[in-house]
Amino acid sequence: MAEQTASNKPVVATISLAGCFGCHMSLLDIDDRIVQFIDLFELNKSPVNDIKKFTKRAHVGLVEGGCCNDENVKVLRYFRENCDVLVSVGACAGNGGLPALRNKMPLQECLVEAYLDAPTAELGKAIIPYDEELPKLLDRVYPCHEVVKIDYYMPGCPPSAEVFWDTLTSVIKGQGFDLPVELIKYD
Amino acid sequence: MVRMKNQIQSIAEKYSNDRTRLMDIFWDIQDLHGYIPHKALRVLEESLDISTADLRETLSFYHFFHESPSGKFNIYLNKDVASQLKGHEAIYAAFETECNCKFGSVCMDGTFGLFETPCIGLSDQEPAALINLVPFTNLTPQKVKDIVAALRAGKELAALVEQYGYGDGANQQIKTMVCSNIRQLGPVFGEKISTGEGLAQSLKSTPEQVIEEVKTAGLRGRGGAGFGTGMKWSFCRAAKGSTKYVVCNADEGEPGTFKDRIVMTEYPEQLFEGMAIAGYAIGAQQGILYLRAEYKYMQDYLEGKLKDLRAKNILGQNVLGKSGFNFDIRIQFGAGAYVCGEESALIESMEGKRGTPRVKPPFPVEVGYLGCPTVINNVETLAALPYILKNGGSWYKGFGTEKTPGTKLLSVSGDCEKPGVYEIEFGMTVREFLAMVGAKDAYAVQVSGPSGECINAQQSLDRKLCHEDLSAGGSMIIFNKDRDLLKYMRYFMTFFVEESCGICVPCRAGNIVMRNNLDKIRAGHANQEDLDNIFAWGQIVADTSRCGLGATSRNPIVSSFKNFPDLYKKLLDEKTNPLYDASFNLEASVEDFDRALKEQNQIGRNVHA
Repeated sequence: MAEQTASNKPVVATISLAGCFGCHMSLLDIDDRIVQFIDLFELNKSPVNDIKKFTKRAHVGLVEGGCCNDENVKVLRYFRENCDVLVSVGACAGNGGLPALRNKMPLQECLVEAYLDAPTAELGKAIIPYDEELPKLLDRVYPCHEVVKIDYYMPGCPPSAEVFWDTLTSVIKGQGFDLPVELIKYD
Repeated sequence: MVRMKNQIQSIAEKYSNDRTRLMDIFWDIQDLHGYIPHKALRVLEESLDISTADLRETLSFYHFFHESPSGKFNIYLNKDVASQLKGHEAIYAAFETECNCKFGSVCMDGTFGLFETPCIGLSDQEPAALINLVPFTNLTPQKVKDIVAALRAGKELAALVEQYGYGDGANQQIKTMVCSNIRQLGPVFGEKISTGEGLAQSLKSTPEQVIEEVKTAGLRGRGGAGFGTGMKWSFCRAAKGSTKYVVCNADEGEPGTFKDRIVMTEYPEQLFEGMAIAGYAIGAQQGILYLRAEYKYMQDYLEGKLKDLRAKNILGQNVLGKSGFNFDIRIQFGAGAYVCGEESALIESMEGKRGTPRVKPPFPVEVGYLGCPTVINNVETLAALPYILKNGGSWYKGFGTEKTPGTKLLSVSGDCEKPGVYEIEFGMTVREFLAMVGAKDAYAVQVSGPSGECINAQQSLDRKLCHEDLSAGGSMIIFNKDRDLLKYMRYFMTFFVEESCGICVPCRAGNIVMRNNLDKIRAGHANQEDLDNIFAWGQIVADTSRCGLGATSRNPIVSSFKNFPDLYKKLLDEKTNPLYDASFNLEASVEDFDRALKEQNQIGRNVHA
């Protein structure tokens, strides 16, 4: 378990990998409960507060988006190492989502279409961008659980603010909760 | 173009521009053009008054329909387990070499199209392939070479069928290489019966009495589910509606099953007579035999039998002199879809739609074909009826066990000396079964196909084949000790992935998850959690799917794990950091990107230059 903080609040971290930040927007959609959120939780590494590196171990990590490049993988592993409980949030983290549409075709074809044969590409000068600072694309987009162990999933595109709120508050109460029927009804 | 338009229009008119006959219309178009051209859909759109999208919805569902030009000779090689056990790999390679193209494509000059297909009902004579739906059995690489060379040289396909069946019970009329391989007949199908005897006996009674007789016999559906036939009939008889149907489910698609093939070639009179008995019992005038496309080679033969039966007044008006009882049968072809063996999906298909199972209730006995009450029975169930009605229900109940009376046809394939069809009495032990078929070193038996159970042969010797113990739907595939069992379980999971109709998300996605996790196990990358994950998904798929496919798709893994836990446990990886997934390899997953850069960006022209 993470070491207890001075304020004794559960520590939460969030990240967006190959996602659209929609899940984060949905998290912020808890409206005025954001004030309660600050009372109840301590937010560590997250795009919301722009903390780049974990300063302490987190109780809960929320991961939005799957892995489309090597940097995503490294960040996800970094989260896994630093969070007690890791939650895969939304369709992209859980299934690859929209970015995984490219999985049906070879990576090289995608790159050629996007950078070399694109209507805006300058004839004869276009290249596939590469720099050691740029992440390398993976052969396909992976859902998070194919890269690291995932403890829980929050389905939805995005999961609603209510689902975020219920998930986080149940965590501090140490209890489970039932997913709304709409999220798990298929027929 | 005008000519094609006229052709398509006249095909549609042949079926009275009835959109529910779309399967027949597509078959006729494909027979004419070799595929179903997009332009034909434009014509049908007008003739049948439905949109191209709706037409394509049906068309794209069935794997024997082609939407683009196919080969002059389309070769469908069976890829199923029974074929793999008999050397599928070498035949696969031989076809690719001889035809000079890859499976899943048509060769350059358009002569050959190579495709793979799941079980084609020839498990006792594999490897086998259908060439323009004509079966070629017991293939060897040399035979493949000869067949392809002869076809290339312009020889007629029919002329290549040199030998018409052989062995006991081989039927000479059907003119096919397929042999019946009847190894053992029991008290029911072994009895000599003259055509019409059972029906004549039925017509002396009231329909209610016929139903009672079938209930007394304790006959249960022979397709696998084992629902009481008499009870099904009484529901249908009681259902409101003046038009009712009897449908024979001859979409025998469970891998390893081929007993209906034998019934239809050796006992077609009994089958059709059984349909007439069912028709009399429930008050139907029309019977339909829904026949899988893999058995299209039987078409002329079966049509001929129907003609004979009409001549004998076993079918037609006032059947056998029974005033007011009119009954006739037509044959409806499927086009390659396992799920159409599910009765409500079969109805959808007969109505010209995708084979998507319906939400039940209502059951087909109340709302079935064209919305009318419909009884759907398996081939073997129907063919047993003349014997039961002739000899009486209590005669039949005297065979088998208390809860599962009667006899069963088993389709036996795999590692045994005598593959073929056996009629047994229910209650036979696995020990007796293995001795009967000559399986000396049986390791596992896949009972009732992938949706059934994979048993540990040596630990199950005293188990009995009957509904109260080991439910036997017909398929029995035997594996010996040298077989990599999980490889075949993996095939079965792929089979379900491919054959799921996709309407229920858990089945569409969950089967893939289970299959992929099994791959992970086989690759040595899985831990206990991955294994648990398979079972959790299996439960979700079983609980939330509409039909039997989803309800049973986890069985290959669940039952093989239950009976062979060590096969799985020895493959689990308990060493790697459990926080990381051992199957993910970062270095390997960026190789494609590095290759793309190398191949597409000329040297010296990357951003640094």
